[in-house]
Amino acid sequence: MQVYLPIAEVSVNVFLLLGLGGIVGVLSGMFGVGGGFLITPLLFFIGIPPAVAVATGTNQIVASSFSAVLAHLKRKTVDLKMGAVLLAGGLIGAALGVKLFAALKAIGQVDLLVQLSYVGFLGVIGLLMFVESLRAIRRARKPGGHIQRKSHTWIHALPLKVKFRTSGLYLSVIPPLVVGALVGVLSAIMGVGGGFIMVPAMIYLLGMPTKVVVGTSLFQIIFVTGFSTIMHAITDYSVDMALALFLLLGGVIGAQIGARMGARLKAEQLRILLAILVLAVCGKLALDLLIQPSELYSITAMEMHG
Amino acid sequence: MIARLAILLCVLALPLRAEEIVADLSQNRIAITANFDGSEILIFGAIKRQSPIDTSNPLSVIVAISGPDEPLTVRRKSRALGIWINTAAVNVDRAPSFYAVSTTGPLRTVLTDTEDLRRKITIRRVIRSVGAPQNIMDPANFSEALIRLRERNQLYQLNEGGVSFADQTLFRSSVRLPSNLVEGIYTTRIFLTRDGHVVSSYTTSLDVQKVGLERWIFNLAHHQPLYYGLLSILIAVVAGWGASTVFRYIRG
Repeated sequence: MQVYLPIAEVSVNVFLLLGLGGIVGVLSGMFGVGGGFLITPLLFFIGIPPAVAVATGTNQIVASSFSAVLAHLKRKTVDLKMGAVLLAGGLIGAALGVKLFAALKAIGQVDLLVQLSYVGFLGVIGLLMFVESLRAIRRARKPGGHIQRKSHTWIHALPLKVKFRTSGLYLSVIPPLVVGALVGVLSAIMGVGGGFIMVPAMIYLLGMPTKVVVGTSLFQIIFVTGFSTIMHAITDYSVDMALALFLLLGGVIGAQIGARMGARLKAEQLRILLAILVLAVCGKLALDLLIQPSELYSITAMEMHG
Repeated sequence: MIARLAILLCVLALPLRAEEIVADLSQNRIAITANFDGSEILIFGAIKRQSPIDTSNPLSVIVAISGPDEPLTVRRKSRALGIWINTAAVNVDRAPSFYAVSTTGPLRTVLTDTEDLRRKITIRRVIRSVGAPQNIMDPANFSEALIRLRERNQLYQLNEGGVSFADQTLFRSSVRLPSNLVEGIYTTRIFLTRDGHVVSSYTTSLDVQKVGLERWIFNLAHHQPLYYGLLSILIAVVAGWGASTVFRYIRG
């Protein structure tokens, strides 16, 4: 069954869209990542114009994150207070990131810088997570082995301490604000939601329990992607409601399944799977850069301001 | 269609110039609905003449359908510091979103280069690229790439022998419009040539329009972008909540 998309101006198969939305929804519910890294290239691949793919992808992520957050809220694995602090930091970071991006663009070769730093970032995060979770799994298997205690560091000496009850943390608001801002800057520059960076940052930098991280990450992703959906709709009219509808129908169902699958897994298993996913995306991006493409040319709508 | 043919034949009876094209399309309007999956358009017509058919020097017919023009950027990747990235870009000021040429025979024999240049019939002549940046030595490769990529998507078509021409008088051709069609006014030009020179031409238009829900969504997105964005998010939230409720219900 084909459907003609009014904004993308192409005709695509409905079941293909439902399936794509479903896969991304499962990952989203399980790992707390938005899935923009996955949905955008998949949409390119089936012939959706890039601008529409990016904008509509954000709309579908709103739906699947919202669906998954409801499932997590029910299990009380969302730290709303922490989410709000991260979000506040994220907004500040995004505003700075947009400015930084414009400055980089003025210098030139920004594409190269963005792609290289993205690959580098994913590679480092993926490897660190992989090694850490592998160790955690080994430790858990060893009888009598005990879980490493959270150590007191300079982070705990910072002022403005607040109790984050759901995460079981008594922490200054400064580290989450800074983490949120850094992710905001990166997502503005790289054009991704930032779940990929946010999830490991919450686990390793803030010391939040893995189970709470997923729901909290999704909570702040709703707002980030909601905001960018509206921005895309206003600035370049590139949100395709019909495309989003089919994607999100698949997405919300997938997110429910993903959230339940995630609940059955152990924290370190969840982390190792996420690490593998991060490394796979990194590998794919690296290959795209290293291997000679079969078609060197590409067509895009002309940038009026460029 | 029979009625149209009848009118056509009546018109044929009227005295006019030596050889002239009379033609029509199977439809003047294409509606893009939610389940639009491409369309086929039939172009048919006849040659009106007063003198007997000149059999020693046969005529040829060329049909060219062109979609709305748009400005584009064509980018090229090359290897820099060991990785493949976009390094060169050429702006094309005007390229049709769709272009199909059908002829009665091989293009080389039915149309001369000078005539093509003057009338802009083949796709190579239609694409207009004003100047490539100084550092690009081969701007022609960029327009070739544009044509190649679009031919792959059926957006640019060349169908030599796609026009059937009976008794040097009646001609017909059908053109497949792909599903990734952009809305707007499509121009159909028909050329009658002899020895590669155009002796007569005829132009008509075809209106491709989104209708119904497609039209409504498109208009809302362009005229009320803020409400459109908010509505998109509302749909997302309602769907998210709906799925969550349904799943909770299923689990008891």
